[in-house]
Amino acid sequence: MKQFSNTYIFTFSAIMVVTVAAVLSVVAMQLQPMQKKNVEINKKQNILLSLNIESSKDSVLAKYDRYITDSYVINSEGERKEGIDAFSVDLSKEIAKPVEERNLPVFVGTVKDSTQYVVPVRGKGLWGPIWGYVALKNDFNTIYGTNFSHDSETPGLGAEIANRPFQKQFIGKKIFNEQGDFVSVNVVKGGAPEGATHAVDGISGGTITSKGVDNMLEDVIGAYIPYFKQMRNKRS
Amino acid sequence: MSQDREPLFSAKNMKLLKEPLDDSNPITVQVLGICSALAITVKLEPSVVMALSVVFVMAVSNVVVSLLRSSIPPRIRIIVQLTVIASLVILVDEFLAAFAYEVSKQLSVFVGLIITNCIIMGRLEAFALSNKPWPAFLDGVGNAAGYGVILVIVGFVRELFGSGTIWGYQVVPQSFYSGGYENNGLFILPPMALITVGIIIWVQRYRNRKLIEER
Repeated sequence: MKQFSNTYIFTFSAIMVVTVAAVLSVVAMQLQPMQKKNVEINKKQNILLSLNIESSKDSVLAKYDRYITDSYVINSEGERKEGIDAFSVDLSKEIAKPVEERNLPVFVGTVKDSTQYVVPVRGKGLWGPIWGYVALKNDFNTIYGTNFSHDSETPGLGAEIANRPFQKQFIGKKIFNEQGDFVSVNVVKGGAPEGATHAVDGISGGTITSKGVDNMLEDVIGAYIPYFKQMRNKRS
Repeated sequence: MSQDREPLFSAKNMKLLKEPLDDSNPITVQVLGICSALAITVKLEPSVVMALSVVFVMAVSNVVVSLLRSSIPPRIRIIVQLTVIASLVILVDEFLAAFAYEVSKQLSVFVGLIITNCIIMGRLEAFALSNKPWPAFLDGVGNAAGYGVILVIVGFVRELFGSGTIWGYQVVPQSFYSGGYENNGLFILPPMALITVGIIIWVQRYRNRKLIEER
């Protein structure tokens, strides 16, 4: 076998690493605009799904403009923050901040002449982040629809949260109890009791992901509660 | 010089291409790359995309390693092979995210895991390091195709019975469902992929007697 000196080996590795890095970064930069566009389309599709509207890749932009009539950002006191685009708020950065400093986006959807309020949620699953959108009816209490996505949950188990049957369980559940306190909607291992208004069935074999959804709803929606309470008071 | 040059598609070269499709199929005979074959074959479309991605990664990495074969220091050859495979896999991942976002979401981690697909490193070690680029290319395409063919068959069967669709289009007519037919949920889950692969191995051995080990 041919012998190679250590110098050769180091030079070889150095050249290899630099070449590979150069090629990959050029490609990544060239493709970035298209990837961003795909992410945007996907985000809009997911927001629409939380309003129970299916859309294809081609129809999503038109439908989004039709159904999402307003969007704004609030703080944890429930006051509007001006000058921030709700759609471009990166929730993964926001939930890392203390609650008082968070920018909380709200999307207003108008479907069949009634108004829904969509809020984004984000949390941890078993293997990676999970996120989604929760649409509330204009009583700021009843869930109109939800949509969840995940990065790398176990297929067939935790990944079920991305499927409509799991998501549709949330429809009609309530996040406030009768005394008007925030209780969220719990994802219950072993199944929610019949007729429960604050619980849905967890996923068998997907306990940690189910727990993740549970925590995500409680933590992230929790920050919106002052705003929801204000809006509820205004209505009554 | 030109007389002793082998024709591009000589019998020997064609064998490199054809053998992995049957006699030395990576999945059904060597039982390699099973993990991804189970995970991404729920539907036909991701199976095809996965197969094509592996063909690309394997053909190109075989050629690259074969071109560099005399300059790669043996002591770091595994690292070099890994770097070559990993960069190609990242390329595939980037392109999928740009041009086939839905599929790339479905394949998620499994595109990245092409790196760990033992078929690829196996062929680099066993073949590309000691052969010229052209045979290495054929060997890569052949082995990846052998892997891909099984993926596509399994994906087809699982989508047909598990979801009643092919490539996302409904093929099982509504009248079947009204008559009490139901999609078989087991086909959605990985165990059924293993059983399907098992049945393919059985059929292949029935047809190709020389694969049967002597007792």
